[in-house]
Amino acid sequence: MSRIGSYFLFLGTLFRNREKLSVYLGLIINECTSIGVGSIFIVALVNIFIGAVTCVQTAYNLTNPFVPKYIIALIVRDSSILELAPTLSCIVLAGKVGSNIASELGTMRITEQVDALEVMGINSSSYLILPKVIASVLMFPLLVIMAAFLAILGGYIAGTLAGVISAEEYVTGLRFDYKPFGIAFALIKTVVFAFLISTISAFQGYNVSGGALEVGAASTSAVTNSCIAIVAADFVLTQLLLT
Amino acid sequence: MIDIKNITKSFGGRQVLAGINGSFKPGDTSLIIGGSGTGKSVLLKCMIGLIAPDTGEVLYDGRNFLTSDLNEQKAIRREMGVLFQGSALFDSKTVLENVRFPLDMLTEQSESEKVERAQECLRRVGLENAGDRMPSEISGGMKKRVGIARAIVLNPKYLFCDEPNSGLDPLTSIKIDQLISEITDEFQITTVVITHDMNSMMEIGEKIMFLYEGKKLWQGDSSTLTKSGVKELNEFINANKLIREMEK
Repeated sequence: MSRIGSYFLFLGTLFRNREKLSVYLGLIINECTSIGVGSIFIVALVNIFIGAVTCVQTAYNLTNPFVPKYIIALIVRDSSILELAPTLSCIVLAGKVGSNIASELGTMRITEQVDALEVMGINSSSYLILPKVIASVLMFPLLVIMAAFLAILGGYIAGTLAGVISAEEYVTGLRFDYKPFGIAFALIKTVVFAFLISTISAFQGYNVSGGALEVGAASTSAVTNSCIAIVAADFVLTQLLLT
Repeated sequence: MIDIKNITKSFGGRQVLAGINGSFKPGDTSLIIGGSGTGKSVLLKCMIGLIAPDTGEVLYDGRNFLTSDLNEQKAIRREMGVLFQGSALFDSKTVLENVRFPLDMLTEQSESEKVERAQECLRRVGLENAGDRMPSEISGGMKKRVGIARAIVLNPKYLFCDEPNSGLDPLTSIKIDQLISEITDEFQITTVVITHDMNSMMEIGEKIMFLYEGKKLWQGDSSTLTKSGVKELNEFINANKLIREMEK
């Protein structure tokens, strides 16, 4: 419990005694490049295959002749938008971005770079972490939009190539009973996940003491704690927004 | 002038500093010496505000650093330069960017003024051609010199050096020591150096404070170091063979 309390106190330090806004602008752009552009490939690859697998597995399980085939596309669409693209992508991003944030800050801590900022009178947590949090909150939704699109595309490619569904049926399924709120729901979830991943990972890295072993441990904790926070928040948000 | 009064600090019931008092004058290179684990680095961190002492005062020209408000603390910090044990250069920035970083963050100077000042400091430490290199591409001695350049870029009144010779060969150590000493004289800075290196003591120590198990056992001129009459200090300095030979 004290750890959770420390986490909330830590969040407070991000917003107190901030530097000039102009200082953050360049840092945010750099972080957007690192976090956003640097994650495109892995997020795209994972989601194309996830969409493909979802399509083929759904087709494999839908054996009832009374269920139209376009339902396969509907299931790929809804599962991609509502769950797979935001949640799975963010779990992948927790591994990539979260561990990177924790190890970067942890290394800065043990090599006294954080102390160097502090003695200059700079709020090190705000200077180092706030740009990462803002960049995550800005870039994760863009990545998830791309992820959902590619998952649906992956389903289309796999479904038509494997012959489990025709192109026309797939498009019909995508258009059938579409609820636009699904997109808003996915983006709300993503913003929450982005905040959790970036702050939990930063908290783990920023509070490292010791050496390389502790930096490694902090990186691992960042990923595991972020994943736990993601699934817990996923459940809470689904309860709040979809029921 | 830096005055420290009755600094105490404990970690988990273990007292690391027990009522340390002392003064450090402008233009002097003052050394805080002692064996490993005697509280030297903790004392330095208390002085520069990285650790809050349990009791005591740290006065910078009469201004109490620990009880000052945030703006006053920032003003005092702006007058400090710190050379960390591992140099603490920012990995993601070039040498020049590292040196100009305090100017970027704490001054309103123009771009050209910042670059000029950073280059001037790099020239002062003999690294005018290393500005474009990354910290990972330079040697330990060069990192220390970049650290010194960054520490002096804001024309500090107080310079703190934590183990400036650690990990360096004797020749480079002497060069770093001489650089610190020259800069102290040149700008009349109040310099405090933490060290357990006997060569540094001989080379640059003007005023010396000896810590032993968290207590200050002796403070005085380096010329009287061997005549202190403090058993622990004599043991500490006589551990060095060169000093023993000189004594004979």
